[in-house]
Amino acid sequence: MEDRVFAQFADVLALDPLANRAELVYNEYPGWDSVAHMTLIAALETEFDCMLEMDDILDMSSFAKAVEIMQKYG
Amino acid sequence: MADPISLSGKLAVITGGTRGIGLAISETLAAHGASVVINTHANEALASDLARRLATTYGVETDYVVGDVAFAQTADQLARKAFGLAKRLDIYVNNAGIMRDGLIGMVPQQDVDAVIGVNLEGVIHGTQAAARAMRRGGGGSIINISSIMGRVGNSGQLVYSAAKAGVLGATKAAAKELAPLNIRVNAIAPGFIATDLTAQLAADKVEEKVRNIAINRVGQPQDVANLALFLASEMASYITGQVIGVDGGMLV
Repeated sequence: MEDRVFAQFADVLALDPLANRAELVYNEYPGWDSVAHMTLIAALETEFDCMLEMDDILDMSSFAKAVEIMQKYG
Repeated sequence: MADPISLSGKLAVITGGTRGIGLAISETLAAHGASVVINTHANEALASDLARRLATTYGVETDYVVGDVAFAQTADQLARKAFGLAKRLDIYVNNAGIMRDGLIGMVPQQDVDAVIGVNLEGVIHGTQAAARAMRRGGGGSIINISSIMGRVGNSGQLVYSAAKAGVLGATKAAAKELAPLNIRVNAIAPGFIATDLTAQLAADKVEEKVRNIAINRVGQPQDVANLALFLASEMASYITGQVIGVDGGMLV
């Protein structure tokens, strides 16, 4: 699960495979702004073949939180 | 050469799609090959019958969602239904609307809430749900049905005019934000169109309104649907953020 989620982050944010996942925080990590966030949501929805709830989109404030949220859909 | 007005293989959502202008749009998009998901506020039998008829007549996939567009859940259900049907969403027509006229000082709060809820908040909810689904497919067309009253205002229509003007602002804002995602957003501003609403008017009132229409006739739902078809199609691939009147040159 974590690697599936990270693969989408890596693709959208152009991350190094060895990037520190704990540093991935919305609006703090370079490049993870609101535009990238919606692109990331679309990538996750495609990967997990789902449509996220609005609350989950707004709550997805870090990589760790994203993994936690995607557990519901994966 | 491929038919540029064909919607074959595309999926469209039409809110308020069972009557009047919405019905004409549902039928026209289906007739040009689009699969359709139709929304109705309450009349499930009507939506079910229409979905079945369009599928049989035009050989497209159809489905429907019963729900009030004033609530975000309805737009969410429509987007989910579209994805469930075809794994895509190409066209979203924010058509559902209500009219509660009243002179200034005599409009109750519940009418304000209802008109703003359906006519404006419904468009915002629909735009959010549509944009999310469309970006996964690489683009799409959102068509908002406003009104001539949203452009010029009208006596006795304080709230309706405000809500429909709000639709124009939402259209322009969404067009700017979504253009980089290849999602076009345009608005149609119909004038005096023959629907259930206008059918309630007395003959002399209709004649009075027609006198103010340069083309000298009441508009038909198909007049609006024809423009919706164009905006939904690849023919309009370079058009976004526009408000186009379908009013026969009407003066208000």
